[in-house]
Parts: sequence; structure tokens; C-alpha cells
Amino acid sequence: MEFLGLLNYWIIVVLMMTGFYIVIAHNNLVKKIVGLNIFQVSVFVFYITMAKVKGGTPPILAEGIEIYSNPLPHVLILTAIVVGVATTALGLALVVRIRDAYGTIEDDEIEAQENEL
Amino acid sequence: MVFMAVTGFAIARLRNLFGVVMLTGIFSLMSAVLYVVLDAVDVAFTEAAVGAGIATVLMLSTLALTSSEERVSEDGKPMWALGLVVVTGAVLIYGTLDMPPFGDAYAPIHHHVAPRYLERSGQEVGIPNVVTSILASYRGYDTLGEVYVIFTAACGVLLIIGQPKRGRRRTLRMLVGEMRHGMRQNVILRVVSKLLIPFILVFALYVQWHGDFGPGGGFQAGVIFASGFILYALIFDVDTSRMVVPSGVTRLLLALGVLLYAGVGVVGLLRGGNFLNYSVLAEEQTVGQHLGILLVEFGVGLTVAAAMITIFFTFARQEH
Repeated sequence: MEFLGLLNYWIIVVLMMTGFYIVIAHNNLVKKIVGLNIFQVSVFVFYITMAKVKGGTPPILAEGIEIYSNPLPHVLILTAIVVGVATTALGLALVVRIRDAYGTIEDDEIEAQENEL
Repeated sequence: MVFMAVTGFAIARLRNLFGVVMLTGIFSLMSAVLYVVLDAVDVAFTEAAVGAGIATVLMLSTLALTSSEERVSEDGKPMWALGLVVVTGAVLIYGTLDMPPFGDAYAPIHHHVAPRYLERSGQEVGIPNVVTSILASYRGYDTLGEVYVIFTAACGVLLIIGQPKRGRRRTLRMLVGEMRHGMRQNVILRVVSKLLIPFILVFALYVQWHGDFGPGGGFQAGVIFASGFILYALIFDVDTSRMVVPSGVTRLLLALGVLLYAGVGVVGLLRGGNFLNYSVLAEEQTVGQHLGILLVEFGVGLTVAAAMITIFFTFARQEH
């Protein structure tokens, strides 16, 4: 049982590390943003996992229900998702501008161009 | 969850960015399902609308404006990166050994303010959906901050790529351009989307005003509302849909939503309460709370919808 109880956290760690790996190992800027998104989702899942109470129901008050899952992390993550897409859009806008200025979205090629100047 | 991990690996390995974006959409749909299983219905709602809809469309537009293939690099970077990731992951997994087991009702997280919200919000705020009452009332400051962030992000996108450069010759050469051309020809897509769009908009309004009782609220409604317009623009024409919502109007609504939210707070101040205390808005506490939450959620919905529409059209306009 000890193993099953922690399985969720382990998968979250794996997801988080996948995102982290994409961010540091890939040169493509769009890919980096996708990596950041995966990292972000893993944090979301982490919060929601902690909020779950065994035998609980969604936190909408109703007659005859005693156990609810914790609503506070839900609130935090709900807003974080929308903020996340807004900041992703900002990042993508930057990528489009970078492509305008350098003609490429590969990190090392941009660096090479910078060094030539 | 295992599915999610597999998709994550696939995303890391795949070089075709178009495929990566599609997998990202699947990934967020799966996480939405997971949220439902974990009792977070509001969150699942948001993730399904945002992750699978808007984020995918934005990523695709970026790909169309840049390139859809990732260049293969030969340097030895991945090895040290892999090492670093494995070490960090191992440390984190060691950290989880101290975590309370999944679903434990006695975990520390369930002990601080959460029980109070669950026990008292019924009397204090008077609406069944605890998530909404925390979002808009108890933690109204936080949410106001989030709305500011969305507002700022939309402004940032406008500033960075909002003004097309003179002499810009770029066109949407690839994916989205061709896809859009194909979509315009496709009778089924045209008819179905025409039928669906009114329902999407009505559903958004339902989600907006019903957020007190069931899952929903301003954030979800704003995104769904925006996706109605984005669907139209994708299948028919960006310029035609731009005529329905001119850029001036969306920018005005963008600011108006934030103003409405902050304004409700100021009205609370003027009536002798604290900033964003809705209890003073009416004679009876719950009536005031209810009114305040409705107004604030409406402000959130306005800003989110306007921000998403603005961001999408800013990306879409790059083709001209």
C-alpha cells in the first residue's frame, strides 16, 4: 500500500523531469515552451493530487455529503491554468519576434549570429 | 497518469513540431480527465477549454509563422542534460518518501483554512460551489492579481507583435494556411461550425452565470466564449470575424473587465467595508456576497474572453 500511495507523486516527478529535460536539452524555442508547459501541468497535477481526499466528492455543497476534497488547491490551479495560457501566448509572441529578427528559432544558431556581430 | 508520462516522452523525442503540438493537446485532455477523477471539476473544465482548445491553436499559429521541423543537433548536450535530470528526479523521489499517502484525510494540507471554507462558506457566502466562493470572495485579492496578469500578458503580446512591420512580406506559408484553405472548402465543417457556434456562445453564458451553483465561472466562460469566435475565424475568415469584434472593442473590454473587478472592490470600500468585501454591498450579507461574486466573475469573464480574442487575432493578423 505504501507503494500505491506514492505512485502519483512519482509520475509527477517523471513528468516534471521530462519537461525539464526538454527545456535544457533542446535548442528549438517552441519545443522549449512545450517543455515548460509539461512542467507546468506536472505542478498542477501535484496540487490537485494533494487536494484529493479518499471518499470525498467535488467541493460543491449538497445535502447529505460529509467529505469534500480540498477546494483551495483547485482555486489556485484554476486561475494558474488561465494565467499559464496567457504567459504561453506571450512566450510564443516573443518566438515570433525572434524569428523576425534572426530568421531562426534554434537557440544555438541565434547565439552563433550574436557572436558574429 | 501512466498515459500522460508516455505522451510526455513522445513529446520529448518527436522532432516534428506539428506532431508535438497535437500530442500536447492530447496531453492536456488527459490531464483534464485526471482532474475529474481527482474531484477537481472546475479545474478540469478550465484545462479542457484552455489546454485542448486555445493553447493548441496558438501553438499552431506560431508554427505557421516560424517552422514546423526541429533541427537535429549533433553535439553531446543531451547526455549531461539527461544526467542532470535523472539526478534531480532521484532527489525529488527521495523527497516524496516523506509525503502523506494519496487521499489521506489527515494530511497537513487539509488542516489549515480549508475546513473552515467548507464548513462556513455555506452560511457566510451562501452559494453551493465552494471553489467559486473561495475564488471570488475569500481570496478575491489573488484572483484580482491573476486578472491583472492576464491583462498584462495580452498587452505584452500586443506590444511585441501587435504592430506589423512595414514591408513585412511573410505569409502563412504552411500548415495553418493550407489547413484553413481546406477548411473553407469543407461543407461539413462549415455547416457544423455554423450550427455549433451559437450553442458555444450560449453555453459560455450559462457557465458564466451558473458558476455559483455548479462547476464554472468567469475564467472558463471567458475561454469558451473566445473559442466560439476563434472557431469562426479559423473556418471562415479572420477579417470577417474581426468585423464582428473590432480590435478597439476587445481592447476596451479587456480593460473594462479589470476595472469592473477593481471597481466592485472600491464600492465595497465606499460603503464602509474592506476592499473586495462584498458583504456590505447589500442589506443582507449573503445577498451582497452573491451580487459581488456575480459582478466580479463577470469582470473576470470579460477580461479573459477579450484577452484570448486579442491574442488570437494578433497572431492571426501576422499573415498580412
